[in-house]
Amino acid sequence: MTPVFAVAAAGVVTILAVLLIVVALVFYLVSVIVQLRKITAGLDEVIAHVGEIVQKSAPVNDIVTTINEQLDAGVDLLEGLLVKKAGMPDAVGLVDGLYAGSAAAGFRNFPESSTIKAPRIGEVYTRGTLTLARLGREAPIAAASPDGPVLRNVEGGSLAARELYPEIRQTGPEHLQRSPVIGTDAPVQYEQRDDIGAPRKRLPSRS
Amino acid sequence: MILWWIGDVVLLAVVVPVVVYLLRAVLHAAQSIVPSVQEIATVAAAGSKDLDAAALLLTTQDQVAKTVAGVANYGGSLDVILDDAC
Repeated sequence: MTPVFAVAAAGVVTILAVLLIVVALVFYLVSVIVQLRKITAGLDEVIAHVGEIVQKSAPVNDIVTTINEQLDAGVDLLEGLLVKKAGMPDAVGLVDGLYAGSAAAGFRNFPESSTIKAPRIGEVYTRGTLTLARLGREAPIAAASPDGPVLRNVEGGSLAARELYPEIRQTGPEHLQRSPVIGTDAPVQYEQRDDIGAPRKRLPSRS
Repeated sequence: MILWWIGDVVLLAVVVPVVVYLLRAVLHAAQSIVPSVQEIATVAAAGSKDLDAAALLLTTQDQVAKTVAGVANYGGSLDVILDDAC
């Protein structure tokens, strides 16, 4: 092989190798570009949806804060009213009777309520009885709260109801007239009829 | 001349495979990103759709305000008709 042909052959091989590298670069880089375009399109879609999310969720914080403030005010009002009307022990007992175990948490605005032993109001009396007790209808709960003061002043609370009865009961006499006693040992025996238990008399025949 | 041939051999046996290997790795990495981006787009669309109900919070806020006002009126009435515990 002459030197000229040798140089030409080596140059051709070099050119082929460089051409091969260039072809590989073009193929793979174009493929990468295609994939990057897909990624760009996907990210554009993501950005659009994220923008919608940001726009839709922007007022949520303020609205939820306002709702929570209003609910807090309602809770404060109801807790205060319950404690004021029923007293702390019975209020805790009532809430614990309706929602078992909630007495341990206590009332939010009354930290001392978590240390109070809740009377077992809910286990003994129904909700209706508790309601009547609070309305002053002389329900037994008003005088028999297991541990703690009564729900309300029994004497004062029952006065309005007692006034509905006749005067003899309203004045509270020591002894009302007793009901009559009946039976063989009764102090007052009623007249005994002879015909009771005797054979039936034969009626005269009609003729 | 011999060095030229050695350079050709090195070019074909080492440089070309290394270039192809690196380019294939870049292509695989780019291809693996595409499904993830599409999944993110799907989740973002679903999240955006879920937040369509956020506008109803305005109605909820109004209803809560009315409810609390009713409770306050009811509590005020109870405060009048019921005796205090002590």
